[in-house]
Formats: sequence, structure tokens, C-alpha cells
Amino acid sequence: MGTQKRISRSAFLKVVGAGVVASSTLSTLSGCTVSTTAKSGDGGGAGNENALNFYNWSDYVNPKTTIPNFEKEYGVEVTQDFYSDNEALLAKLQAGGTGYDVIVPSDYMVSVMRKSDIVQKLDRSRIPNFDNVSADFKGLPFDPNNDYSMPYQWGTTGILYNKKELGEISSWDVLWDTEYKGEIAMMSDVRETMGAALKLLGYSLNSTDPEQLEEAKQLLLEQKPLLRGYFASFEVRPLVQNGDVLLGHVYSGDGFLAIAENKDLDYAIPEEGATRWVDNMAIPVGAEHVDNAYKFINYILGAKAGASLTNYTFYGSPNEAAEPMIKKEILDDPRIYPPPEVFERLEVIEDIGEATRKYERIFTEVKSA
Amino acid sequence: MAPVTIWLGLFFLVPLLLILIFSFGRSGVYGGITLGFNPGNYLKVFDPLYLEIVGRTFVIALTNTLLCLALGYPLAYFIVFKGHRWRNALILLVMVPFWTSLLVRAYSWVVILNGNGIANRTLQFLGITDEPVTLIFTPQAVTMGMVYSYLPFMVLPLYAALEKLDVSLKEAAQDLGASRWHTFWRVTFPLSMPGVIAGSILVFIPSAGEFVIPNLLGGSRTVLMGNLIQQQFLQARDWAFGSALSVMLAVLLLGAIMFYIRRIGTDKLEGV
Repeated sequence: MGTQKRISRSAFLKVVGAGVVASSTLSTLSGCTVSTTAKSGDGGGAGNENALNFYNWSDYVNPKTTIPNFEKEYGVEVTQDFYSDNEALLAKLQAGGTGYDVIVPSDYMVSVMRKSDIVQKLDRSRIPNFDNVSADFKGLPFDPNNDYSMPYQWGTTGILYNKKELGEISSWDVLWDTEYKGEIAMMSDVRETMGAALKLLGYSLNSTDPEQLEEAKQLLLEQKPLLRGYFASFEVRPLVQNGDVLLGHVYSGDGFLAIAENKDLDYAIPEEGATRWVDNMAIPVGAEHVDNAYKFINYILGAKAGASLTNYTFYGSPNEAAEPMIKKEILDDPRIYPPPEVFERLEVIEDIGEATRKYERIFTEVKSA
Repeated sequence: MAPVTIWLGLFFLVPLLLILIFSFGRSGVYGGITLGFNPGNYLKVFDPLYLEIVGRTFVIALTNTLLCLALGYPLAYFIVFKGHRWRNALILLVMVPFWTSLLVRAYSWVVILNGNGIANRTLQFLGITDEPVTLIFTPQAVTMGMVYSYLPFMVLPLYAALEKLDVSLKEAAQDLGASRWHTFWRVTFPLSMPGVIAGSILVFIPSAGEFVIPNLLGGSRTVLMGNLIQQQFLQARDWAFGSALSVMLAVLLLGAIMFYIRRIGTDKLEGV
């Protein structure tokens, strides 16, 4: 029995083999390109002039009208693909060769993509419907002249809660209420969750001040024992809807979907202020169907297409011309179209450059605690 | 031989080498990487926060391996020696979960364990509890999910090792007066050692890189190395640090496995 303890060559190779298998699993995470510039690829529909490859968030078009009407009107065949967060979208485009013609990054991601030359400069003369966009959604900080992006839809991030159990709520501090221990779900998104803590403290959710960030960290550490966990917004929705938790941190659209299913629920934009996020259409560098991309963007900014989007998604429309065709109950809903004094307290998430890693480390520390 | 070398080179060595090169690069603020020699990425791993995550990952991977062995060995033993004509059907059942994606299987546990889930309804129906109990988003749910997912990786090599075992050796031991317990520990178990080793390695390695199950069944309440690496490539856009973490994980795994095999003895590896 095993007197020989030296590792034989064949045994060594087996071990190395096992290690290689392990690391190659990891390597699939990384995507192996050095370049940060998206290159044109041979994605679906390449070579076909009447094609458009649209990369969008899931459940973010009106299935009956948005795409079918465009295809009919312009004779273009649209291929849709979906992503679930901005970071995945960025990683995919950085790897290159995606073949997408229109993408829908959120606010801060537009500025990241602009700075890393992933999206191309737009020719405004080809998007006459830009005139339909409300002044509130023109020239936002992430793209001051709308040189690279056109607004698609907007919404807020707030609290979905069981009104029957909790009564009316108005502040972020309910997510720190020890009475609801084990009944609270937070978003696993660094910027949103840090943002909620910063807002409760009365700071900007784009703060990079080390002392303010430290305070926010302490607040999140204090909150952690009360939480069921950190989830994607679309995962929080069924948890609140099915009564697994009493309240959760969600995007407004997920809030309204849950309310439609369960009348005991409500959605609140906290009085301290919250995120106003804006998703935007952009054309990646190297898109193969640039003409169709312009046609599509202009079509979405048309009054009819914009209204039909909002009537389905329950997200706000940046499209002023669309408002007469948007359902009255949506326009009158202060949770979708907040009154001016609430709107003023909303803040757009901005790209914070190097500080992104500081945020990430804080969130790792909180989750690890 | 040549096609195998090319295949391995292309799909294993090149990506591995790229990670090694990236791990010394400098990350751009918006992702991407500038190549160079920055050992700083490795020094960052020694931050107490990250060391704690490394330690936690190894404890979880080791626990998972031991639990899979404790549950998988009796199962494989039963199938081989008591399965009789059902043997092939039973081993097929062990493999059935592989036919669907891991993600779907992990999500199905969410459906089973949540407040209105099958588990809670059964408990209430049987009168064991009145109120739904918290089963999901707990460390126990994570442990269970991991054992469930990796058990087949343990059972299959154990099955292969036990199936090859010459039954006449067991009979000989018993003829010579060994009790059944004695026969198992002195004959059967040592002869199945290649299966134990292969199974443990097959479970331990992917467990150490696991990040989906802790997120789905644990509610992301803890961070493992897999999560940390994923975050570096996506949210933090720090590819260089992510690569350094990947290299560290691979080196640590290699070290752990070499140590394990040295302790056990290489002769046991024959026939793995």
C-alpha cells in the first residue's frame, strides 16, 4: 500500500487535466477579446438589406404593434434578442462581432459606451421625430446633446409593498424597519441599492465622496440582517406578489405588473427622492443595417408607436407627441407620471468612472458580512 | 494524437494563457485591458475581505464534496450490488437530471421551497406546521441545492469503480472469516478508491467555482469566489483583477488536489 508518495507523471497529468477543466469553466465568463471596440459581425440577417437586429430588454415592446407595424410599414425584417442588465449588454458588445443594429442601454451605460467608442454618433437630420421628445428628456447629463442616444422609455425605482399590511408608506426608511425583519427584499443592483441608502441619507445617488459612501455602507450593513436577500427586480416582483415578503425594492414597471395581479399591493416613489432611469436607443459602431436603424429609431419616436409602447409597458414615455394617445389612467397616475415636485427629486444615475469599483467593493463587503 | 493536441491547445491552453496574460494587465475604467506587467492585481487578492471569500468558498466546496460522498457511496453501492436487473435503469435515473439545464433545475427548487411551494403546502397539509416556514434563501437551501446538483458527478465514478470490482474477492474475504463490516472496510472500500478520488475531484472543482446556486437559492446573501469573479468581469469592469482571481482559484484547486492525492497515494489512481 502507498509507500510511494511521489506523484507519478500520469497522475500529475490527470490532476492538471482536472485543473484545466476548472479554469476553462471560469474562462467562459471572461469573453476573450482584448479590444474594447465593437466590431461588425456576421450576426443574423447580415447580407440581407431588409433586416434589422434589435437587442433589447425582455418584455419591453408592445408585442401586438411595435415590431409588426414597423415591419409592415417599412418592409424590414426585425430579429430580436434580449438581455437582462446593462453590464451584460456592455460585455457582449465589448467582445465584438454581435451584428446588432439597435440597442437600448440605460442612462449611465450610454455614457460608458460613448467613452469606449461602442456606439456611433447619430445624424440628427435622419431622426426628424426627435422633435417629439419632451424637453425633460432632451440633453440629459449622460449625453448632453443627444449625439449618441434617443430616449426610449423611462421609469423610477421605488418600493413595491403590501398596502393591506403596511398601510400607506412614503419613505425609504421602511426598508430599514426592524418590524419587517425577514420580510424585505432588496435589489442586487449595486447602483440602485447604494442609491437607496444614499437617498435615505439625503445625499446624491451619484456621490463619490468617501465619507458619504462609508455612511451608506454602514446603513446597508445595518439593513442586511432584516433582508430575505438581494434579487433582480423581476425576481422581487413574484416574492411580493405571492406574499413571500411584504415589501421589496423594484423598478416601477415590475411594481405595476405585480399590482395588476394582486390588488393589495401598491408602489411608492419615496419622498427622499429616487432613481429616474431612462433607457435609450443607440446604434453600435459596426452596425450593418444603419439605414434601417435610423428608420426604426425615428419610427419609435413617432407619436403612435410611442403611445402604444407605454400603453403596454406602463413605463413613462419621453415622447410628448404621444401623450394624447396614452391611456388616461396612465397619464393621471402619479406613480407613473409623478407631479412636478416629486419629479424634481428624482435623479438620473450617472457614470461615476473609477468610483464604480469603490461601489462594487462596498457591495461585496455588505453581501459578504 | 495530433488532433487531440490541437483541440486541447485551442480550447484549453489558449484561453488559460489569455487569462494568465490578462491577470498582469491593467483594466480600463470601462472594461477592456492594457497588457503589461502589474503584479498588483495579485496583491489585491490578499485584501482580508477577499481572503475571507476564498476561505468561505473552500469550506463550502469541501462540505459539499463530503456530503456528496456520504450520500453517493451508499447509492452507488446499492445500485451495483442490490440493483440486479434494475441496475441499468437505476444508473440511467442518476443521469436524467443532466438532460435539463442546471439553471432550470435550480429554479425548480425555488418553486418547491418558496412560501406557497410544494414543500410548504405538504407540511401544512400534514399538519406539521400551521404557517409557511422559511425554507428558501437560507444557507441550508444552498447546501441542499449544491448536493442535489453535484451528486451525479460523485455517483457515476463510484458506480464505475464498484462495478469493476471482482466479487470473488469479497467472497474470499468472507470465506476467510471476515465480517461484512470488515470485508467492506478492508476489501471493497480500498478497491473502490479510484472512484472515490475521481468523484471527489469532479465534485470539488465545480463546487469551488459555483455562483448560480448561492444566488438563486441563497438570495445572494453571501459571496463566493465564483460570484466575486463574475462581478469583476461585469459590474466592476475590472478584467485584470477578475483574471488574477481566476488564476488564483485554479492554482489553489490544483494545490488542494495534489495534496489530496499525495495523502491518498498515487497507486490508487490507477484505473481512474
